[in-house]
Amino acid sequence: MADLISKLEGAVRHRGSKGIAGIWLEEHAFVEAARKTYDAGNKNLEAISPFPLHGIDDAIGIPRSYIPWITFVFGTLGLIFGLWFTWWTSAVDWPINVGGKPMWSLAAFIPIIFECTILFAALSSVGAMIVINGLPKIDPPIIDPDLTSHKFALFIPESAQGYDAGKLEQLFKSLGASEVKRTEF
Amino acid sequence: MITREPLVLGNKSLKDVTDDICRIVETVPGSKFWALLLSTKMLFLVYIISQGIIVAVGMGLQGISHPVGWGTDIITFVFWIGIGHAGTLISAILFLFRQKWRMAIARTAEAMTVFAVMVAGTFPVLHTGRPWFAYWLLPYPNQRGPLWVNFRSPLVWDVFAVSTYATVSMVFWYVGLVPDLATIRDRAKNIWRKRIYGALSLGWRGTARNWNHYEMIYMLLAGLSTPLVLSVHSIVSFDFATSMLPGWHTTIFPPYFVAGAIFSGFGMVVTIMCLLRQFIPNFKDYVTMHHMENMNKIIMATGLMVGYAYGSEFFIAWYSGNPYEQYIFVNRAFGPYGWSYWIMVTCNVIIPQLFWMKSIRRSIPAMFVISIFVNIGMWYERFVITVTSLHRDFLPANWGMWHPTWADLSVLFGSFGMFFFIFLLYLRALPAISMAEVKPILGVGKKDQGGH
Repeated sequence: MADLISKLEGAVRHRGSKGIAGIWLEEHAFVEAARKTYDAGNKNLEAISPFPLHGIDDAIGIPRSYIPWITFVFGTLGLIFGLWFTWWTSAVDWPINVGGKPMWSLAAFIPIIFECTILFAALSSVGAMIVINGLPKIDPPIIDPDLTSHKFALFIPESAQGYDAGKLEQLFKSLGASEVKRTEF
Repeated sequence: MITREPLVLGNKSLKDVTDDICRIVETVPGSKFWALLLSTKMLFLVYIISQGIIVAVGMGLQGISHPVGWGTDIITFVFWIGIGHAGTLISAILFLFRQKWRMAIARTAEAMTVFAVMVAGTFPVLHTGRPWFAYWLLPYPNQRGPLWVNFRSPLVWDVFAVSTYATVSMVFWYVGLVPDLATIRDRAKNIWRKRIYGALSLGWRGTARNWNHYEMIYMLLAGLSTPLVLSVHSIVSFDFATSMLPGWHTTIFPPYFVAGAIFSGFGMVVTIMCLLRQFIPNFKDYVTMHHMENMNKIIMATGLMVGYAYGSEFFIAWYSGNPYEQYIFVNRAFGPYGWSYWIMVTCNVIIPQLFWMKSIRRSIPAMFVISIFVNIGMWYERFVITVTSLHRDFLPANWGMWHPTWADLSVLFGSFGMFFFIFLLYLRALPAISMAEVKPILGVGKKDQGGH
């Protein structure tokens, strides 16, 4: 049990990696800077912003989210579950004649099946987002508290290929970063 | 050239938005707030105590009897569920239609949905008469057979629809809150505030990869909530429509109920937004007259839809040639409960027509009064549907009247106490406008800032 708890804690307690971060104050300049940094060969790049930015996915090569597939699979499972459950309870496990209606009254079960489909699809999508994004995290390191308010940051970890702090600092400055700092994220 | 109206007034910077919206969560409320909170709490206590007395003594305290077996509990249940629908319409359907004006009001409208569904959920449980057995409504393996619920019954569909709706609305609302909770966490000076909001924000960091998945599920949830919200009030209407009773047994009920739900819900959103603008003046820059006018237009459009449904019901009653059906409709308008029918028509169809005039659409006092009338009218619509259909059916021997008692009135008015009490707590604890959604639309309507 203690082992499990420490395992779980290890999963949610995020150990940051050291690296270099540049901070921008204007969103359009930031997206442009992200694109140029990415094109300069820095593929291992995090772009942090207080709200979703138009065009950032293109700029730093993030593919379209694959979550819709998970939604589809679980939605289908919900549909099959609803179909099976209404059939099994009403026609197999304890069939009861209600007003002479068929034991397996498919039309009357559609609302239940529909709600199961929606419920499975919605909860699985949110669950998938939480798992894929590595949430929940306890006290993750943050570069600047204003990154959830009005500032934008690019972060490159030391583990990145061809990491050269001096070069990157110059690159960020030349792209209009208002601040560059070595930090943890 | 047609220009777009700016969605946020006052040339705000990103930091201004954060400061404006977080301020209300970060400051100690003034005496006005406490006065409101305590008075709604008193009303909430009335609700709890009267529910407690009804549970302890029995359902006989309420006016329901033969032949009117569905009274305040069912009427008010349908009323509150309907209120909830506008929140989902704003947060999901307007999102899918790319209506950017929804951003500023979506959070509070969704909160309204969640609280309205919570209030609504208490009514059918009370109406069962033995709420301690309410879990019998759920299919679970039991030692009575297992005896399963009857899935052919619309009442069981309702249990599934409302509980799915409550779950998905809460999840949708919470997902929207996560980035804003992270903003409050990062601004927090107090260690407990930091810990609590840090836990609630799930450690959100806002990297582009996170946003990528986040935006995708936000859209998926909007897409899933849209058919869901339409199904919920359709299924609520099935509770009536699948019966054999004249006045209930009609195919128009699902769309009629959904239009009415959106109508009443927008009435409540306008009521709340008028109050919000009054008590939190800096929200006027975010919830602008443009927003209010748009909502009033929706009220007018859906008001016309319910007006059409009222007319259509009468036409079909005549056209069916069914004397029972014809009688119930004549009785609705001119029988002993005729006054309630005309309250409904006046409040829902006639008064909202004032919104044809732009000056009224853009006047806060006028729209506040009209939105209250809409709320009253929509409660009466459910009253008319439930009570006037039940009180005189096929056999005159079965005719009777329904008289509400103090127990009916106290749960009805008390439920508003529950709703507004929770709502006021929400206003102080969570950001009432979605910062992460408002920030991208700051430029809308401003040509010099590249707005589009």
